[in-house]
Amino acid sequence: MKLKPIFAAMAAVSVFGAAQAAEVEVLHWWTSGGEAKSVAELKKMMEAKGHKWKDFAVAGGGGDAAMTALKARVVSGNPPVAAQIKGPSIQEWAREGALGDISAAATDWDKLLPKVVADVMKYKGKYVAAPVNVHRVNWLWINQDALNKAGGKAPTNFDEFFALADKFKAAGMTAVAHGGQPWQDATVFESVVLGVGGAKFFEDALVKLDAKALDSPTMLKSFDTLAKIKTYIDKDAAGRDWNLATAMVMNGKGGMQFMGDWAKGEFTAANKVAGKDYTCAPAPGTANAYTFNIDSFAMFNVKAADAKKGQADLAASIMSPEFQEVFNLNKGSIPARAGVSKAKFDSCGQKSMADFESTAKSGGLVASFAHGMAVPSATQGAIVDVIAKFMNSTMSSKDAVAALVKASKTK
Amino acid sequence: MRSHSADRWLPKLVLSPTLLASLIFVYGFILITVAMSFTESRLLPNWEWAGVDRYVELFDNDRFWTSAKNLAIFGSLFIVISMAVGLLLAILLDQKIRGEGFLRAIYLYPMALSFIVTGTAWKWMLNPGLGLERIVQQWGFADFTFDWLVNPDKAIYTVVIAGVWQSAGFAMALFLAGLRGVDSEIIKAAQVDGASLPTIYRRIIIPSLRPVFFSVALILAHIAIKSFDLVMALTGGGPGTATDVPAIFMYQFSFSRGQLGVGAASAVMMLMTIMAVMVPLMYAEAKSGAQR
Repeated sequence: MKLKPIFAAMAAVSVFGAAQAAEVEVLHWWTSGGEAKSVAELKKMMEAKGHKWKDFAVAGGGGDAAMTALKARVVSGNPPVAAQIKGPSIQEWAREGALGDISAAATDWDKLLPKVVADVMKYKGKYVAAPVNVHRVNWLWINQDALNKAGGKAPTNFDEFFALADKFKAAGMTAVAHGGQPWQDATVFESVVLGVGGAKFFEDALVKLDAKALDSPTMLKSFDTLAKIKTYIDKDAAGRDWNLATAMVMNGKGGMQFMGDWAKGEFTAANKVAGKDYTCAPAPGTANAYTFNIDSFAMFNVKAADAKKGQADLAASIMSPEFQEVFNLNKGSIPARAGVSKAKFDSCGQKSMADFESTAKSGGLVASFAHGMAVPSATQGAIVDVIAKFMNSTMSSKDAVAALVKASKTK
Repeated sequence: MRSHSADRWLPKLVLSPTLLASLIFVYGFILITVAMSFTESRLLPNWEWAGVDRYVELFDNDRFWTSAKNLAIFGSLFIVISMAVGLLLAILLDQKIRGEGFLRAIYLYPMALSFIVTGTAWKWMLNPGLGLERIVQQWGFADFTFDWLVNPDKAIYTVVIAGVWQSAGFAMALFLAGLRGVDSEIIKAAQVDGASLPTIYRRIIIPSLRPVFFSVALILAHIAIKSFDLVMALTGGGPGTATDVPAIFMYQFSFSRGQLGVGAASAVMMLMTIMAVMVPLMYAEAKSGAQR
């Protein structure tokens, strides 16, 4: 085939592009209101350091579109300086030899980041990515009015949870507001596994994919619990977006929702106040555990010296306390690094920060499975398929466990 | 003499860029996809030979079989119902009625919408909490249920409903054009012989529409096999994976899950499906065309 000359031409173009890359090009998909504001902050800091910021924003598809654009750029030999990549995908990209070492700019990061977080950012012991924020996934959002009427106490285990759900149901509301999309099903599933089995079991089953943990009575019980939760979800949930489910909790149509702390952004945007209009509580049985979902920027293997300098400055800026504070106040998450003042965060944010620190010490800090932090995307996808099937059929818990074990072997 | 040789090479010259472009961008990329389905490709293309491993993985995947089954259900119902409705509308419109142009435009309008719009609109109409079911219940029929959209066993049929709504008008336009092309002398001769109108349609007109049936089936079949946007907008492949179709499977595995090899293998299976349907059809058509 006569493709060689074309590739040669593409390579020539990319070499030409790299030669004049005096700018720091960053790929991300933070294009909506609060997120765009957060990125503008980073741009300001980089420009203050004398770099030219080049925005490479690709909206849509929860990052799928951006990933497609990124692949095209990397294959053609012209990667951006950094791109928004998270979790094990960092390892996948590093294995392809696409990422660069930023250890020089990260000398004190081992002290600032919990070990589980630092491990995600490293490839073969070298930092290749910088964390931006931490989302906690195992939250339960409850309508405050309804909760007050039902006794005012957030459930701390699944018995209390179902008792509360029965009261909500009796009051004529949808007890569990949920959107029937595979990733939301997985979010609930993950909180249930964490609540039923605890952090150690969660890590064995959903992070290490240990067959013994996956094929265990605890997992069977998790599916039974999930099946029971299913009975409290309205039938119109199929395909509903997560923010619509959050809106149900807001206006009292729904009682509670399992969702990560990005739900707080919805409450805040609607001028709702934590403790007055809604309650944020750890999902039942998960008070001493923390499933983290961390956004990060992976640093690509750039050649030009000034691009390398820009990359190091970018990594340092991302980790600076000033940026971590401003960014996370805008986004509703919490800083990834230690040593940022809690003062400006709201009560949910402060609780999240306190729990992040304590679980980092106790070992309750685990990677979120549902949000692509724990296992490679292929395996995650196969397991999510099983969960989605379980949530949308009459599949028995026993069959689900068997399917889960099979899916976990997907490479 | 000079102009004669220009006649010979000019068309070839003018056509060659198109030919070259389709050779590279259609057939070239088909070859690359086929090649990729035999490799270890994950996140990025990787040309390490893997034999039929990707196909083994693909055939071992429940979701692939779900999507194949859905395509069979959706494809056959979509083609048959669209053609039936389209033909019926065309015959009714062909009765030299008043306001035909107006009605024709109305039936054709859905075609002007993209499948995304169709899917979103039907999603709202079929949602039990927002649309049809709620309205009928508010009219007083409290027992009325129509929850196919959120029922994993029935959801695929809502895709058929929306697809037929969109494409029946298009089938109608083609059939109508075909009906108008039937020689009126034959029809008059049949009338003189005392044939009733249904008989005329059944025995004379519809058989003479054979080539139109072929074109409509061909166009609808490829719409069905590559359907992606309609399903994405209407059900997002859900509830769960109940309305998964091969195009969604291919997209997710190639671009969201870093399994380019498996995605390529499923794309090759889609190509095989199209060929399995199209080649016999085209062959039969070419043969009967030659006989005529």
